Amino acid sequence: MAQRATIDGNEAAARVAYLASEVVAIYPITPASPMGEWADQWASECKANAWGTVPQVIEMQSEGGAAGAVHGALQAGSLATTFTASQGLLLMLPNMFKIAGELTPAVIHIAARSVATHALSIFCDHSDVMAARGTGFAMLFAGSVQEAHDMALIAHAATLKARVPFLHIFDGFRTSHEVATIDALDKDDVRALLDDEAIDAHRRRALSPDHPVVRGTAQNPDVFFQAREAINPRYDKAADIVQAAFDAFAARTGRRYDLYEYVGAPDAERVIVLMGSAAGAAREAVNRLVNAGKKVGLLNIRLYRPLHSARLLAALPPTVTRIAALDRTKEPGGPGEPLYLDLLAAVARAQADGSSPLTSMPNIVGGRYGLSSKEFTPAMVRSVLQGLATERPRHDFVIGIDDDVTGRGLGWDPAWSTESDDTLRAVFFGLGADGTVGANKNTIKIIGAETELHAQGYFVYDSKKSGSMTVSHLRFSPRPISATYLIDKASFVACHQFQFTERIDVLGRAMPGATFLLNSPHAPDDVWAALPKRMQRQLRELGITMYVIDAAKLAREVGMGRRINTIMQTCFFALSEVLPRADAIDAIRAATRKTYAKRGEAVVQKNLDAIDRTLDHLHKVTLPEPTTALSGFEIGARVAADAPGFVRDVTAMIMDANGDALPVSAMPDDGTFPVGTTRFEKRNVGDEIPVWDEDICVQCGKCVLVCPHATIRAKVFDTALCENAPVTFKTAKPRWKPFADMAYSLQVAPEDCTGCGLCVQVCPVKNKRQARLKAINMQPQAPLRDAERENWAFFDGLPDVDRGQLNLAKVKDNQLIQPLFEFSGACAGCGETPYLSLLSQLFGDRTVIANATGCSSIYGGNLPTTPWTTDRAGRGPAWSNSLFEDNAEFGLGMRVAIDKQQAYARELVSSLSAEIGYDLAAAILEGDQSTDAGVDTQRQRVVRLKERLSTLGGAEQPTAGEHAKRRYADLLAIADELVAKSVWIVGGDGWAYDIGFGGLDHVLASGLNVNILVLDTEVYSNTGGQMSKATPRAAVAKFAAGGKPTAKKDLGLMAAGYGNVYVARIAMGASDKQTIAAFREAESFPGTSLIIAYSHCIAHGYDMRHGMQQQDLAVKTGHWPLFRFDPRRAHQGKNPMQLDSRKPSLPLSRYVYNETRYTVLARARPKHAEALLAAAQTDVEERWQNHERLAAATNPKTDTGN
Amino acid sequence: MTDLPFTGENTEQERHVDLRTSYLGLRLKSPLVCSASPLMEDVDNIRRMEEAGASAVVLHSLFEEQLTLESFDLDHHLFAGTDSFAEATSYLPELSDLGLGPERYLEHVTAAKTAVEIPVIASLNCVSAGSWLEYATKLEQAGADALELNTYFLATDPDRTGSFIDAMYVDLISDIKARVKIPVAMKLSPFFSSIPHMASRLATAGADGLVLFNRFYQPDFDLDQLEVSPTLTLSTPAELLMRLHWIAILHGRVTTDLAVTGGVHSATDVLKSMMAGARVAMMTSALLKYGIEHLRSVERDLRTWMVEHEYESIEMMQGSMSHAAVAEPGAFERANYMKVLRAGALAFKNQAPPAG
Repeated sequence: MAQRATIDGNEAAARVAYLASEVVAIYPITPASPMGEWADQWASECKANAWGTVPQVIEMQSEGGAAGAVHGALQAGSLATTFTASQGLLLMLPNMFKIAGELTPAVIHIAARSVATHALSIFCDHSDVMAARGTGFAMLFAGSVQEAHDMALIAHAATLKARVPFLHIFDGFRTSHEVATIDALDKDDVRALLDDEAIDAHRRRALSPDHPVVRGTAQNPDVFFQAREAINPRYDKAADIVQAAFDAFAARTGRRYDLYEYVGAPDAERVIVLMGSAAGAAREAVNRLVNAGKKVGLLNIRLYRPLHSARLLAALPPTVTRIAALDRTKEPGGPGEPLYLDLLAAVARAQADGSSPLTSMPNIVGGRYGLSSKEFTPAMVRSVLQGLATERPRHDFVIGIDDDVTGRGLGWDPAWSTESDDTLRAVFFGLGADGTVGANKNTIKIIGAETELHAQGYFVYDSKKSGSMTVSHLRFSPRPISATYLIDKASFVACHQFQFTERIDVLGRAMPGATFLLNSPHAPDDVWAALPKRMQRQLRELGITMYVIDAAKLAREVGMGRRINTIMQTCFFALSEVLPRADAIDAIRAATRKTYAKRGEAVVQKNLDAIDRTLDHLHKVTLPEPTTALSGFEIGARVAADAPGFVRDVTAMIMDANGDALPVSAMPDDGTFPVGTTRFEKRNVGDEIPVWDEDICVQCGKCVLVCPHATIRAKVFDTALCENAPVTFKTAKPRWKPFADMAYSLQVAPEDCTGCGLCVQVCPVKNKRQARLKAINMQPQAPLRDAERENWAFFDGLPDVDRGQLNLAKVKDNQLIQPLFEFSGACAGCGETPYLSLLSQLFGDRTVIANATGCSSIYGGNLPTTPWTTDRAGRGPAWSNSLFEDNAEFGLGMRVAIDKQQAYARELVSSLSAEIGYDLAAAILEGDQSTDAGVDTQRQRVVRLKERLSTLGGAEQPTAGEHAKRRYADLLAIADELVAKSVWIVGGDGWAYDIGFGGLDHVLASGLNVNILVLDTEVYSNTGGQMSKATPRAAVAKFAAGGKPTAKKDLGLMAAGYGNVYVARIAMGASDKQTIAAFREAESFPGTSLIIAYSHCIAHGYDMRHGMQQQDLAVKTGHWPLFRFDPRRAHQGKNPMQLDSRKPSLPLSRYVYNETRYTVLARARPKHAEALLAAAQTDVEERWQNHERLAAATNPKTDTGN
Repeated sequence: MTDLPFTGENTEQERHVDLRTSYLGLRLKSPLVCSASPLMEDVDNIRRMEEAGASAVVLHSLFEEQLTLESFDLDHHLFAGTDSFAEATSYLPELSDLGLGPERYLEHVTAAKTAVEIPVIASLNCVSAGSWLEYATKLEQAGADALELNTYFLATDPDRTGSFIDAMYVDLISDIKARVKIPVAMKLSPFFSSIPHMASRLATAGADGLVLFNRFYQPDFDLDQLEVSPTLTLSTPAELLMRLHWIAILHGRVTTDLAVTGGVHSATDVLKSMMAGARVAMMTSALLKYGIEHLRSVERDLRTWMVEHEYESIEMMQGSMSHAAVAEPGAFERANYMKVLRAGALAFKNQAPPAG
């Protein structure tokens, strides 16, 4: 009997791919990354494939590289695979044409994801795989976790026989991240299905000097075409081979699949055709409708390429008269999307040649659904089928959204449900930090293992990296679960954070008679009064049974901190009765032991303690009599009334997790959004916030500098302004001579602070009466919130200091400038964002940013809100993200455009100087813009120029010709380019060291005036910590589970090797002075500049409040030598290389063994870790010597930046 | 007594001096035992100690608290940020073995036992009753010849009485003795109201030996940073005196074996320890300072001194200068304290500048 497993779709596919492969090339991309992670982990654990040998797993620099490596491995006779999605698949396309063109058996497993268009999206649709239609790869779709497992094997089996390579496709997140109980395949199944003869044949075709051939020739018009057509027999047979694989699979496992699977009435008139996970929802709807006597059906396409038209038509009921083809992709401008067109062609062709089994030519329409994981429910399927019943079914429709612009939307009845009564449906609202998702995954595993029930879990995250909300959707059923949509009618709702009762419509997903579990600081008797009126009404109207537990308090008592996972999980088992209570507790205890055993007995005991104490704290709430009036409070507006209209009408809806309700008209049609919207969000995620001690503060500005969320600000201002200050607003006498008569204030934005504590750690002042206290100290936020909110509003309204009076080289001074990057959704304590905040302070009013995809594009540009903002004059960084791989080129293009426009503007100013006025024209052309003051003066000149231009050609020059008027208009349009612009190219190490390195290198060589900022976290942070070439030796990372065996690439010295590039390696925590010097020098350098900034990261595994101290240790141990390489110095006869840090004074171990990414290996494999550390120590010493030699080469006396 | 060490090789006669002793029921070839230090983490060092003459080794401690803290720490950091964000549901690879249990230590015990002939005494430092018992059993199963409980409870709670804390130690030894068959010694701190009473209770509860005394990290103050930093310095022979004092008092008064640890640097120190009544003298700091080979010179000096002073065996001298055996027991008691104080006061007075 098959082994049951409770796994997600990625693992389901990866297990088979690993067993069936010899070479696995990997590269991270959401949502496919976990497949590569599994492969790497299994290989590091020496797990064997189906033939008893450990596959070779290799990470590449990009998906393009992975495809190339797979291509090579295949040509050399290996069974090779890779995993990808979205843009990653697009990067593989050139190789895919080759692999298919050479008739090479291979499988690429795809967690399908939207291709970025007006915006990036990590969620599911088929735009990526549809872009691969022309490659010649077969396309096999799976619609569930079980199917992702099974189709993976079918694909590996079929490709060997067919010699057509396969894309095995399942839906990103919906399937890739859904956790479900499945029947697992094993090695024997894989061996049984893969044809040994075909494998031998593949190996015989391998390139070998023992029997050499040439493959990959260049062909001319005489033969290319014929050769291309020579593959046809392979494609003609492929579908039959897949069907044979299905049959063999069914014989072995009992699970039967077909190329084109029909479900529904045998005499159906209306049929919906689609593929992927949507088939689950559609099947439910069709079955329900057929039971109600409707003549409807569903055709689920499994093999989309090569499309076997005859088999497809044969699968349809001959009675069909109306067909709706649903595509999960959009191809603007075409007559319809691919599936629709294919279906139309297949049916029409058969009708025309008389081969159609259909009684008549059906009316076929196409529509779109589910883009970027938009919900697709049985109710929507019903609506589509109902639409087919109308006299003239709508073509080119959309379902699932309100299209109020072109009216393509089909409505649907959200109340119509196919959920069955015997399925337990539970929804949990949690915080990322409280462990809710992990506990629910555990629950599914327990139920999967302990019962005969089928289990399903799907998890929804919000767009923030800190303080993010998670919603878990769990189903348990005696029958296999086909529901591929979120739970809307839950019989159990748990809210793990009390504050959500106000923020989110928690009970909106509860069904009548549901059980509601609330983690509440309020006692059972007091909780009712603390609830909003909306929730009170729902509790009453839906007849909900409510329970409370003060899980936060219990978690603290048992030493679990904020993790309430085990406690809430125990409550779920106790209340849901999915298992008898005693059995459930035993099962949780056993699962806890299993889950945490690896982490040590103490951790196990702590969790067991939590379980044992939970039920004593769980209380049923007696709701007030229905006759009593509702006493709860009304929920206030999400954003302040004075917020801009777009923020109030659109952004606030998204913030409220209600973006699904926005119509098409609410959206900008080109992806352009306003900046400066994070300030309206007020997330209140910090339990504690810093409180200023104005008496001992030395006003150094370090806390402002390091604040990752720009929530601590300093200002100096006229003392007279204090008259209207709130009573608790604090000021001190400024410690600047020119400002001595003014007031200084350090203020925290209480509702935006994440409570990371980085500021407190860098504060250099200690309280002489109590050494634990500093000039800022963390205190609980809640009691301070109201007063500090008022203080913040007052502070925010105070005027900004005049930059002209500041010495921008000093932290103390430049931290009085307003940051134009604020309140981002980055992780609490993020090491990247302080650099961006600083950049925005120094040059934000004239900066254009090209941002590589990654953490910085997510916290910088993920809806609902954007942290990039403006100054009082409305100026601020203009920001855009193109792709992951092209960011250097993207920024270079911006520079070229700006330079060209500036040059043209200058030409116009020069040629129009008579009309403009010679003095103004000359001043504009010759004005020095090397300083802030110079830029300001130029701006004023441009204002005058624009005033002048707007009058020219008008009344003043009634005789001006059209040509002249056109030139005035041109100059007016681009006059702003006469003011200097700073172009910044920002991204992480995954971009700069790996996928974007080719472009980066090209830009470095260009000499053009761009500034490149590499936020080096030494891993792919955004996708979950995979190794990049920036990862240091001895550190563990995903894709380097055994510790990275090779040294970190020295990007800085590589760039310096060009000789004409400004390069700086910086670490704010080691030297803020050098950091600031590097930024200012890079920006002023009239060529290409590269700054590599050490950025501590949550993926390093330590408390990030110590991030700046770790930066300092990175420098002191020599891991991160600070330097600046300024080609301008060479012109002055100096050595361009300046070492800014001292010779390593501490052993590397002092730095690395503060971080889990190193200690985990030292514990797991001490000897191996010791050897790697020794090698890393040698790296450090050699690198230092290298740096020292360069710095001493022509100028022995180095100028330290410290 | 002349200062040691002597130099040169032992004579034939010296080589035949009987250094044997017994400790915790273990027959030892000499009283030179190496005690817990980082040197013990490497089996090669243990082998070298045996070669250099160690009669037994006490391994570095298995610190329950450290295991617990490491577990909590790793658990915390592996958990942080997980399942919070769709693109990164975790940040570090899931390794199959995190090496967090006592397994590594147990393997080390077994490896040490395999590597040397001399007895290997495991050392255990726990904070919770359950773990003591569990780990003690595991250490026995791993092959340890005996167990040393490295106990130290830092009393910071004003509501906890001394007798409560004393009882914890007594319960501990009796619980462990009920669980394991191998001999068990307890390493004590000097901070008891009545060391003899405590020692007697521990002996009654089953302790096979008492090791005097533990040394601790002491916090120091960094006046520049206004921070407290823990420090640990190597022992000095001066520290031996307190140990000798209490060994001498306890010898003959309690029934357990006594061991000296802390301040044993030379053969002289070993001789004093033996004469005070110890069965073994444990060395750590001297080995860290001079190297493992130092053991050879200590043994050589010991033999030379014994021949020179006509001692046939260690056994002969053990307890010969204990409280019960010396001519002036008062020297160990309060009178001695008064005398020293007086002398000190006098010395101070003599050094004071003239009034006015």
